[in-house]
Amino acid sequence: MSAVTKSPWVLHYDASSCNGCDIEVLAALTPLYDLERFGIINTGNPKHAEVFLITGSVNEPQITVLRQLYEQMLEPKVVVACGVCACTGGVFRECYNTLGGADVAIPVDVYAPGCAIRPEAIIDAVVQGLGILEEKRVLLAAGKLEPAEMPPLPSAANKTLQGRSVALSWKDAIAQAQESSKEEPSEKEAPAQEEK
Amino acid sequence: MTPLSFVIALVAFTVFGAVFGCLIAGVDRIITARMQGRVGPPLLQPYYDVRKLLAKENRSLNGFMGYYLVLSLIFAILSGAIFFAGGNLLLVVFLIGLSTLLFIVAAYSSRSPYAEIGAGREIIQVLAYEPMILLMPVFFFFATGSFNVSAIFSLQYPLIVILPLVFAGLLFIITIKLRKSPFDLSYSHHAHQELVKGISTEMTGRNLAIVEITHWYENVLFLGYVGIFFVWVHPVALVIAVVVALAVYFLEIVIDNTFARVKWQSMLGWSWAVTLVCTVSNLVLLTVIIRFFAGGL
Repeated sequence: MSAVTKSPWVLHYDASSCNGCDIEVLAALTPLYDLERFGIINTGNPKHAEVFLITGSVNEPQITVLRQLYEQMLEPKVVVACGVCACTGGVFRECYNTLGGADVAIPVDVYAPGCAIRPEAIIDAVVQGLGILEEKRVLLAAGKLEPAEMPPLPSAANKTLQGRSVALSWKDAIAQAQESSKEEPSEKEAPAQEEK
Repeated sequence: MTPLSFVIALVAFTVFGAVFGCLIAGVDRIITARMQGRVGPPLLQPYYDVRKLLAKENRSLNGFMGYYLVLSLIFAILSGAIFFAGGNLLLVVFLIGLSTLLFIVAAYSSRSPYAEIGAGREIIQVLAYEPMILLMPVFFFFATGSFNVSAIFSLQYPLIVILPLVFAGLLFIITIKLRKSPFDLSYSHHAHQELVKGISTEMTGRNLAIVEITHWYENVLFLGYVGIFFVWVHPVALVIAVVVALAVYFLEIVIDNTFARVKWQSMLGWSWAVTLVCTVSNLVLLTVIIRFFAGGL
């Protein structure tokens, strides 16, 4: 065990409702579970954090926020999706504004399901993330750590995400409506754009 | 303080200051956890934190930030070395002030709004504690006839006997110096901070490790300030001084865990009021002692 696994500092971000998992993350920091035993500190500053705990499903405005937080974190870092919503979108998956789990915005290393996730599961997920953190530290020390591949941004040019249509932003939706009112609607337009 | 004793003290403080400061920080975190009904981290947790920070990716918003922080660390070590070599107390106070100044400049160099607010608060903290810290050597001179820390070893009685109120004033402002609640406005060890992480928001990886190490050295030096009030010619005096310094640190942990953070106006007002009352009344006390007990206490 190297020092990085003995002092993982945590940043937690709640992407959307119902906030149940977010409260469970805070519950894991209470004296009953006492995460500081493992050197874990809740920082609130992405620049000091190694472990990024995300709860809740992701909608479009959250993508920029999550990407910004992720990019501000320094290597080595791991992302843990806490709760079924952050894993897949959960019960909100089919909502008009929901894109899916945290992995539509940033690369996720550990998926921890549960509705709401239990503090024990969060601790288990973080401890599993420590193994990945150690691997990344070794790669970083050797100068071989490549930045993880970011998932494609959902936009008018990339309407499908994981094989299904996603909600567009208002700007994109208006631009699309204007486009379709000018031209005759054709179903082959979208695949043609993807080929380019 | 001869050049030789300074070099010996420099080497000794560089090594033992860091070790002792790290252990104090570890004990602090364990005691804090126990006070909150938790088990707490291992004793060497601050060391693991610094090791981890040193291994992180090196990225800085301003290339000069690292230089400022390294200089801050160097001046903190120099200050502590002069203090423990028995050197000039005024020089110690000015050098540690320079170290704090460099830390503030490092925070401003990031141009981040959070770090700038933290740096502004740090300046207010300096304004709050500096009058007391500057008056302490003056009273030290009144009591010993010298600015040299080594003068305490030839005293017939400890300084606490004639400077009790200066000691009380120092106890009050040392809470600010040790970055403890209720005066941890610019930067706190605790998780929840309303301004992200205050003055250290933009300090990452290696830079943050240097900040932590500087803080270890500073803590040892400030406990040394407490210790000099309990040293006199008696052979067991040093033991008493160490015990009192550790007791004061325990008291600070208790205060840290029982007080909420105050606004900067309260901190500034209280610090200056305490400084004024303590120093003026101690001046009166000192005058009375010299008037009636002239020729030896």
